[in-house]
Amino acid sequence: MVDFLHNNLQYLLSGISVGGQYALIAIGYTMVYGILRLINFAHGDVFMVAGLIMIYAVAGGLPLWAAMVLVIVLTVALGVAIEKVAYKPLRSAPRMSVMISAIGVSYLLQNCALYFTGGLPRTYPVIPFLTKKVTIWGATTKMVTIITPILTLVLVFVLVFLINHTKIGMAMRAVSKDFETSQLMGIKINSVISFTFVIGCFLAAVGSLLYFSNYQTVVPTSGAMPGLKAFVAAVFGGIGSIPGAVIGAFIIGICENIIKGVGQQWTIFSDAFTFVLLIVILLVKPTGIFGEKATDKV
Amino acid sequence: MKKQTVNTKNLRTPDEIAKRQGMWLTIICLVALYVGLFALDNFVKPTKFTLMLIPVLKKGAIYSLLCVSMNLLNGFTGLFSLGQAGFMLIGAYAYSIFSIPAEQHASVYQYFDGGIIQFSIPQMLSNAIGVDAGSFFGAIICILIAGVFAAIFAALIGIPVLRLKSDYLAIATLGFAEIIRAIFQWNGLGVITNGSNLLRKYTAFSDMKIQVGATALKFGTIFPFFIVMLCILVIILLINSSYGRAFKAIRDDEVAAEAMGINLFKHKMMSFIISSFFAGVGGALLAMFQTTVQASAFMSSMTYEILLIVVIGGIGSVSGSCIAAFLYIACSEWWLRFLDSGGVGGLEVAFFRDGFRKVVFSVVIMIIVLFFSQGIMGNKELSFAGLIRRIKAKKASKAVKAEVGGAAE
Repeated sequence: MVDFLHNNLQYLLSGISVGGQYALIAIGYTMVYGILRLINFAHGDVFMVAGLIMIYAVAGGLPLWAAMVLVIVLTVALGVAIEKVAYKPLRSAPRMSVMISAIGVSYLLQNCALYFTGGLPRTYPVIPFLTKKVTIWGATTKMVTIITPILTLVLVFVLVFLINHTKIGMAMRAVSKDFETSQLMGIKINSVISFTFVIGCFLAAVGSLLYFSNYQTVVPTSGAMPGLKAFVAAVFGGIGSIPGAVIGAFIIGICENIIKGVGQQWTIFSDAFTFVLLIVILLVKPTGIFGEKATDKV
Repeated sequence: MKKQTVNTKNLRTPDEIAKRQGMWLTIICLVALYVGLFALDNFVKPTKFTLMLIPVLKKGAIYSLLCVSMNLLNGFTGLFSLGQAGFMLIGAYAYSIFSIPAEQHASVYQYFDGGIIQFSIPQMLSNAIGVDAGSFFGAIICILIAGVFAAIFAALIGIPVLRLKSDYLAIATLGFAEIIRAIFQWNGLGVITNGSNLLRKYTAFSDMKIQVGATALKFGTIFPFFIVMLCILVIILLINSSYGRAFKAIRDDEVAAEAMGINLFKHKMMSFIISSFFAGVGGALLAMFQTTVQASAFMSSMTYEILLIVVIGGIGSVSGSCIAAFLYIACSEWWLRFLDSGGVGGLEVAFFRDGFRKVVFSVVIMIIVLFFSQGIMGNKELSFAGLIRRIKAKKASKAVKAEVGGAAE
């Protein structure tokens, strides 16, 4: 057992790391779904855009710290703008229209990215602190691998505290329980929804800093797969539940990397595995591991 | 009072007359279309114009079928499925695997020792009934096989997935499409699917011809139109049948439909399988159009594209989907090309470069989604009968107005 761990430590570590990055994206999905009942298909693309902003900011001559701040600010602004333009007008429309709108936004963001990058993969700037090599128990890895899970857990604890112990957190919980009633109780729905998008996009921006420091290239479709995986993680953990999403994301990240470690020929299934997991969880326990009672999912 | 003369032989309501006139007009238009396509294939000299037009027509026809098949599921049955690309992939692969000529296997499957499927249906038929007829009927058989394979997969996937609702169904079907894509790229199945390499050299549209004396009559453009028309006709007949009414009932209210005695699962399954069958056929046609197939191209963005075309055309309108498909393909492959190439009629525009066309496109799509959610046709259908009825109604109202005006004077 110890031997197995030691031999596969490389994969395990990168699994934990990528799991943390998925977790940061998954929280955005799970919170938006909890409140709006909407799969925000554009969230993965917002994550990709965050990566591109970093590249262009550094290429434009900004120092790293300023670029990082800019990435977070612009990503949050983008997320809130998407909500205001594409989702808010459809609040009373059928759920399918909102989802189509989300798919439309995703298509728009990908095409804009294609236009600005010219379709070429762009290299992510090196953040020396994150890409420093470290060796743990014989496995050499980047600093980002160690930092990601720690940072993720810290952010999640802060977030859970925010949701459980502040006024806006209470409003969010109320809205996700019952949209209309909380409106009647005087909660300003629109500001709560905007705040949800702020948190989701902030975490996605942080996630993009970590993820792309690890993978180093950004193409217009870089966000699609991590986005879908993060959504699966959210479903796996029980949609609407933040700890659930985080645990789901770590499980997906680790399993995916173990599959890559098992053998070269199985690598192609590392993406497919996520969806197998999704379908199994939807059939066996549609509420997810931490989900509340079943509503209208199945 | 005027006495009205009644012709007892043709005792028809105006509605029936309009229907009959509309039918004739439709037939005339279709004949004209096919004559035009035939001329385009054989007699019109290839110019810059036709070199753009012909691929647009072919691809537009194929996309019409793909959109109508998606509309059957999303628009008429209310099942929000995003698995289209997966079924297209199955169709495209099934088609090309069974139609690669035997002697080409060694070069196509060069990394897999020529593969294990060592026959080709068009070739076997060619040996029996001649090359032209053989590749025509062979292609049709392979297209049917493609549809059947897609339908079988749909039946397998449908059992677990159709229990889910709305967005969960969407994400699960999307997941299945991704799983299918991974399976087809897997080297373990390389002897059949050629792994992540291209499939090529199979029967394509250019093989559709008849040798008459010294000249060859080509059917490269008519062929996809013919297949697509047949498929859409079947879908329209299905939609107008009692099954189609059951689908619409499920779309409008599942609980009420079940209370009326509609077997939900059976009808959903049926719609899912039929839609996937035609998605498979569309995939096969797309393979014929592209002349090469690679699994990695069938990404979820392909499904999104088709979904957005359906939305542009109007969810729940077959003719809307067809119009939107042709418009979309014509714009993206032809009319809006200038947005990418950097100038309109000598006018240089700095931000017109690669990819700008798609940005404009997606902005237009967002505008349609947000402000014109009905799309081009809403849930109505375009028909000549309807047009004639409308024109007549207008004339009648004008006549009434004129009469009223005359009386007032």
